[in-house]
Amino acid sequence: MSEVKNGNKPQYVLEVKDLHTTFSTDKGGKVNAVNGVSFSLEPGKILGIVGESGSGKSVTAYSIMDILSENGGITGGQVLYKGEDITKWDEKKMATFRGKCCSIIFQDPMTSLNPVFTIGNQLMEAIMLHTDRNKAQAKARAIEMLELVGINEPEKRIKQYPYELSGGMRQRVMIAMALACEPDILIADEPTTALDVTIQAQILELMQDLQKKMGMAIIMVTHDLGVIASMCDEIIVMYGGRVCERGTADAIFYHPAHEYTKGLLRSIPSGSNMKERLIPIGGTPINMLDLPAGCAFCPRCDAAMKICLREQPPELWVGEDHLASCWCNVKSAKEGK
Amino acid sequence: MANSEYLLQVEHLKEYFPVRAGFSKTIQLKAVDDVSFAIRPGETLGLVGESGCGKTTVGRTLLQLYKPTGGRVVFDGQVVYDSGEQYDENGQLKVDANGKPILGKKVQADMMPLRKQMQMVFQDPYSSLNPRMTVEDIIGEPLDVHKLCKTKAERHDRVMELMELVGLNAEHAMRYPHEFSGGQRQRIGIARALAVNPKFIVCDEPVSALDVSIQAQVVNMFEDLQEKLGVAYLFIAHDLLVVHHISDRIAVMYLGKMMELADADELNDNPIHPYTQSLLSAVPVPDPRTARAAKRIVLEGDVPSPLHMPSGCPFRTRCRYATEQCAKAMPPFTDRGNGHFVACWNK
Repeated sequence: MSEVKNGNKPQYVLEVKDLHTTFSTDKGGKVNAVNGVSFSLEPGKILGIVGESGSGKSVTAYSIMDILSENGGITGGQVLYKGEDITKWDEKKMATFRGKCCSIIFQDPMTSLNPVFTIGNQLMEAIMLHTDRNKAQAKARAIEMLELVGINEPEKRIKQYPYELSGGMRQRVMIAMALACEPDILIADEPTTALDVTIQAQILELMQDLQKKMGMAIIMVTHDLGVIASMCDEIIVMYGGRVCERGTADAIFYHPAHEYTKGLLRSIPSGSNMKERLIPIGGTPINMLDLPAGCAFCPRCDAAMKICLREQPPELWVGEDHLASCWCNVKSAKEGK
Repeated sequence: MANSEYLLQVEHLKEYFPVRAGFSKTIQLKAVDDVSFAIRPGETLGLVGESGCGKTTVGRTLLQLYKPTGGRVVFDGQVVYDSGEQYDENGQLKVDANGKPILGKKVQADMMPLRKQMQMVFQDPYSSLNPRMTVEDIIGEPLDVHKLCKTKAERHDRVMELMELVGLNAEHAMRYPHEFSGGQRQRIGIARALAVNPKFIVCDEPVSALDVSIQAQVVNMFEDLQEKLGVAYLFIAHDLLVVHHISDRIAVMYLGKMMELADADELNDNPIHPYTQSLLSAVPVPDPRTARAAKRIVLEGDVPSPLHMPSGCPFRTRCRYATEQCAKAMPPFTDRGNGHFVACWNK
């Protein structure tokens, strides 16, 4: 996006180009979970990826980290970290990428911490693996990180096991662990979905604080439009493994240009539509085993045309810093001319 | 006390669970402690609060799925449960010289006929439907239990009618639950609850497990059914925006206690209790400009364990306005005008 604006190309910390990720099923079928996703991330920016379950948002995040399950793999496209294609890196080199260059935090902090080790132990493991600190230095760093994420009495806490902490505390530990080696990118996969709303507010506030202090870029993967609205500079809306719309938070929320985004925004209670009936998106969520040839959203779209069934819509500029892939925009652009 | 204005009246409801603490010691977990509210016919009362605050327990105790520890539940003029405890005008439990409560007559109504009036919709549409039963049998089961249909044909017709009512294709009656999506399963659960023509349904987080784009379909259906059938809901959820949209009035719970109860718009625009204020400010609003301008009141720390409840007001450990008085006693739940009830010493 900024390429056009600035003229000279800014240094992206991460570029994803035409990413395809495929899983094979037991019955010999193929599920194309991600179908040609592209985006670029500038240093220190917060990018939101929003979509419902099965839209491919988490798989995109896992593909970047190369932590897909056994039956899945990247089948096309590039993931460029500071200009280098990391999909070509071997396992050993990827191990240095994870944690040091890019870390991830998951939805459920209970299952992502090891229950049989103390949190200090787990934090120090990550630090010693990625930096050349010795044990004492790693311990000092672990305490420093716990303090940074707002855990009181960190000297006492590092001797505790995950079960002794509350959900919000565990997520703080996960963030401390992810940021201990000062990565350039933090991927947060539904980081607050399992938490209560007051704890969610604490964690979101903490992430924004740390982002300002440490300057890493954040990729925020979530289905919650509220979380996205309060956190992100740029937003990608995904449906059926494809990007349907991308732009700044204001562009997406105030001038949605894809029928799916429009429908999504109409269907949620937002404060201004409390007295009105919600306008739901019809139909059922997408079946990834049976994707339509054209636009993935067309079976549920009220504005669907013949061409939507047959062909993929092209990505069109619909405003400054705002792109959408919808045939309706192509049609209105033609009529406008 | 019987007030015909209300369909359901709940007074001083208590639900304590015994928890083993060591070899021979048990302590009480006060999941619901002295909760009072009332629901009018055809009304939706939203019940919100964080996990572990006792909102689900309230719903289940109302339907006597758990045996209440104390209090009184009156449904449609009939006393469903009365522990016999007596209260004075200030809401204080009457006790004798030894500090034991003075007990009146205990009442436990036969629930079987009442189940025709009070039903429940569960949160998880995956575990609340029997996977070995067809949809027709799932929806038809309450009809069999209450012997509402004389012939097989009558039962079949009623099931078809119910399926159409909740927007399911009646041709799918012979299918099993696994053949349906989450939203459709939730519709099956609602059809089952509606089969006996209840006056009151407890909806326990009915949309939380659904995708964003499906939630609106189900919320709309709840609203349509209420308009058509005049059924009253106790709508339990943690998503405050959804609760605000569907509810006429909203009640806020914290650690087993009722903190605030008011008209939905009034509660949203003019929250009085400090907990409600911070809860509402913590809701991420799907509107970037509002979100940037909003000042969050971020609560410090976590919810205390319900096994080791703070004395007095349970919220005082995280409250900005807490004073000595808050530690001494639980504030009374008083009407601040227009049915806006608040339990707070300082506000």
